[in-house]
Amino acid sequence: MNESLQLFLDSFWPIVWGGISGTIPLALISFVVGLVLALGVALLRLSKNRVLAAIGRFYVSVIRGTPLLVQLFVIFYGLPALGLLIDPWPSAIVAFSLNVGGYAAEIIRAAILSVPKGQWEAGYTIGMSNAKTLRRIILPQAARVSVPPLSNTFISLVKDTSLASLILVTELFRVAQQIAAFSQQFMLLYLEAALIYWLFCLVLSAGQGVLERRLDRYVAH
Amino acid sequence: MSPTDGPGAAGGGDALAPAARPDDSVLLTVSNIRKSFGANEVLRGVDLEVRRGEVVALIGPSGSGKTTVLRSLNGLETPDAGTLEFDGGPSLDFAAGLPKGARFALRDRSAMVFQQHNLFPHLTVLENVIEGPVQVQRTPKAKAVAQAEALLARVGLAEKRDAYPFELSGGQQQRVGIVRALALEPDLLLFDEPTSALDPELVGEVLTVIKELADEGWTMVIVTHELAFARQVADEVVFLDGGVIVERGAPGQLFTAPREARTRQFLDRILRPFD
Repeated sequence: MNESLQLFLDSFWPIVWGGISGTIPLALISFVVGLVLALGVALLRLSKNRVLAAIGRFYVSVIRGTPLLVQLFVIFYGLPALGLLIDPWPSAIVAFSLNVGGYAAEIIRAAILSVPKGQWEAGYTIGMSNAKTLRRIILPQAARVSVPPLSNTFISLVKDTSLASLILVTELFRVAQQIAAFSQQFMLLYLEAALIYWLFCLVLSAGQGVLERRLDRYVAH
Repeated sequence: MSPTDGPGAAGGGDALAPAARPDDSVLLTVSNIRKSFGANEVLRGVDLEVRRGEVVALIGPSGSGKTTVLRSLNGLETPDAGTLEFDGGPSLDFAAGLPKGARFALRDRSAMVFQQHNLFPHLTVLENVIEGPVQVQRTPKAKAVAQAEALLARVGLAEKRDAYPFELSGGQQQRVGIVRALALEPDLLLFDEPTSALDPELVGEVLTVIKELADEGWTMVIVTHELAFARQVADEVVFLDGGVIVERGAPGQLFTAPREARTRQFLDRILRPFD
């Protein structure tokens, strides 16, 4: 028992460090890139141009209709067959960004649609273009509406990055796996990994609450 | 951007006053405009002429097309047919669609006050008012702020400059909506049922402001259900029903001696609902 406790304590910081140096940057970078992509896809979906709207719809459909693990493997193990060899880290970032792009696009689209039509018209009547109304009037309000669902997307992403261990990215779960393989204490190490993921997510949920309160004034009351 | 004959920059007491009008020449003409939404034909050939300094009130039952007429004047709706001329500019043929440039030009010269004020909820009162001048008209911020403060003071809302719209009463929100429109120094003010969404006790404070603007010579087109108000401020009252203009005239004539039976019916129903 004492030995197990010692192993738990000894492996705690290495696993946490795997999270801080692997999981969090992987999730953060993918999320930011994914959001930019998602805004673009959302605007495609909202476009009056049928071809553009269809492209957006197709993208969302493919991303949501295929497993993330398969997307990851296609990029890391599949693309080399086409002569495109990408390292584990960039592969993971590409895969997760594309995935967030699909899911967050639907959230952003719904948030934009939730802003009353009168807000667009008010923007137009003070002389703004479509693009300027979107940027200055609609998106700030849509951002507030989309904080809770996007936070959920981010928290899911943090956990999903554990899949990157399967393409040899050193992150939280891979560190735990390595220690488990070495010590043969699978139950202990995997529970420990679960605990640390949970702690990370607790912190993120608290951050979500703070962000929501700060953005509260953006809601149309 | 800013029209030469618009109101001068903020100047204390006369912040709301337009500069002296050179004449009462025609500012805006629409001819024979038609509009259908699906199978529903809401405008069936409407003509309207607005002179500088004139107040035109559009009245009529719900669904008569009066709001659609108003929204056609700044391109929020594009009629299917008909023409529009603004301030001696080229005649725009709606059948050919409204080119982007013409749409922007119309919005550059006009401003609108909505039924549901449509203030920007994420901006303070002051930010709402200076958004157009600073972001669209490229007015230096300090100048726009000074002008906005003067306008807010004129409608009694100086101390609300840093409040958010949700912190205001309905009447205050609508007065900010009016100030937001005035800050653009438009040639033409459009009001879309500005008091219809307000509690009855808040209607007066908004109408008072609009009345002041009328007295100061602003050119306005007002869609309203407030007939007593229309009678008081309008130079011309236009009664629409079923997508056509049934009757138009000076308020004294139209309200007391309507020529058309349909007008009489409408007025009776509104003015003496319990007879």
